[in-house]
Amino acid sequence: MINFKGKNIISMHDLSKQEIIHILKTAECMEKKKYYDLLKGKILATLFFEPSTRTKLSFHSAMKQLGGSTIGFSDAQTSSTTKGESLHDTIRMVEQYCDAIVMRHPLDGSARLAAEIASVPVINGGDGKNQHPTQTLLDLYTIKKTQGKISKLHVAILGDLKYGRTAHSLATALSLFDCKLSFISPPSLRMPRQICDELTEKNIHFTEHESVEKIIPDIDILYSTRIQRERFPDPREYEMVKNAFILDTPLFKNAKPTLKLLHPLPRVNEITTNMDATPYASYFEQAGNGIPIRKAVLALVLGAKL
Amino acid sequence: MKTLVHNLENGTVIDHIPPEITFHVWNLLGKQHDVVVVGNHLPSKRMGKKGIIKIANKFLSEAEANKITLLAPHATVSVIKEGKVFHKYKLSLPSLLKGVITCINPNCITRHEQRETAFKVIQENPLKVRCLYCELLIHSQEIVLS
Repeated sequence: MINFKGKNIISMHDLSKQEIIHILKTAECMEKKKYYDLLKGKILATLFFEPSTRTKLSFHSAMKQLGGSTIGFSDAQTSSTTKGESLHDTIRMVEQYCDAIVMRHPLDGSARLAAEIASVPVINGGDGKNQHPTQTLLDLYTIKKTQGKISKLHVAILGDLKYGRTAHSLATALSLFDCKLSFISPPSLRMPRQICDELTEKNIHFTEHESVEKIIPDIDILYSTRIQRERFPDPREYEMVKNAFILDTPLFKNAKPTLKLLHPLPRVNEITTNMDATPYASYFEQAGNGIPIRKAVLALVLGAKL
Repeated sequence: MKTLVHNLENGTVIDHIPPEITFHVWNLLGKQHDVVVVGNHLPSKRMGKKGIIKIANKFLSEAEANKITLLAPHATVSVIKEGKVFHKYKLSLPSLLKGVITCINPNCITRHEQRETAFKVIQENPLKVRCLYCELLIHSQEIVLS
């Protein structure tokens, strides 16, 4: 019996394969049936120290669809952080106002620290370049919905693999599902050594590439990510790689008809709008899957009975 | 040679230190106000050459023992009380190292908030540890002691 009540959702490293499958099954239930009063009387605090559109809005929407309510801020400039308040003190205060916390913060490990301090469950909405577990859960959910399975697929992750926390979380999660992994990036934005070491230790087969053309006929899921300007210490380094990958329809002429193109969004120029009307484009459906997944996560950590 | 200058009445003897890091271990223990004897390149059946440090009226804290373990994982420690060996033990790494290592990730929360660092030991030989907060995997040659 898997019990998530009171559990923090901080990193994909903390979740077993069985726990991931349980969350995905709960998300399926959320799509099949409305649970209008499931979290009635519960309050979710959303602390966004960094900008967010999809994560913040989908958590707000998920909580409200389940009968709960939300408080919070979406700009650190409007919080007491600007007065020099530590994260520790912010969490000690906020935990008394709510039943659960969702937090996005620019520093790696901030969510783990918040979870140690808070007496209520903490859900990581992205900590620096480290992890973004609910994004990964909705990515897995989208893969399952579009391909009918997760295991044994060839998943290629493309773009900013150095700074992209969604790429890191996804690679960690897919290591539990016996997938073939390909990492495609400019040399300066390769998957960090620690992720590659982790995969090697688990005997997970992965390959690294600088272009997608040669491997596209073999791919089941192409997961594109944005080159994140805000994470580059040197703007010149960003300028050198910002147009490294622009996915357009001609590239897909040798692709499997069942290939699905995912992206955590927002996109800049890495996927042309020509792609939107193709059967490959699944990124808007993927963003929509944030609702059932976040409803599932909220219901589970708050101990609601379905 | 056996008594090495000074027999302790009370204190700690750290033995079987690789000679090249004997003085690192000594530095790590900080400024001492009591008698300290450091011997280096002494003959050793087990190691060929070894270092030894005797410190009067000093007993290692858990954090100090863990730091020494990171530098000299095969060292032995003898606790001396009233001129006798009260307790002798080989150093060993705990599964979690708290307050011993500084995270090398400048974006790690432990570099910005007042928080004791914590590292999970992933592998002992060669040593690999993972920051409990930012999840960075650090190899032995990258370890920075607090």
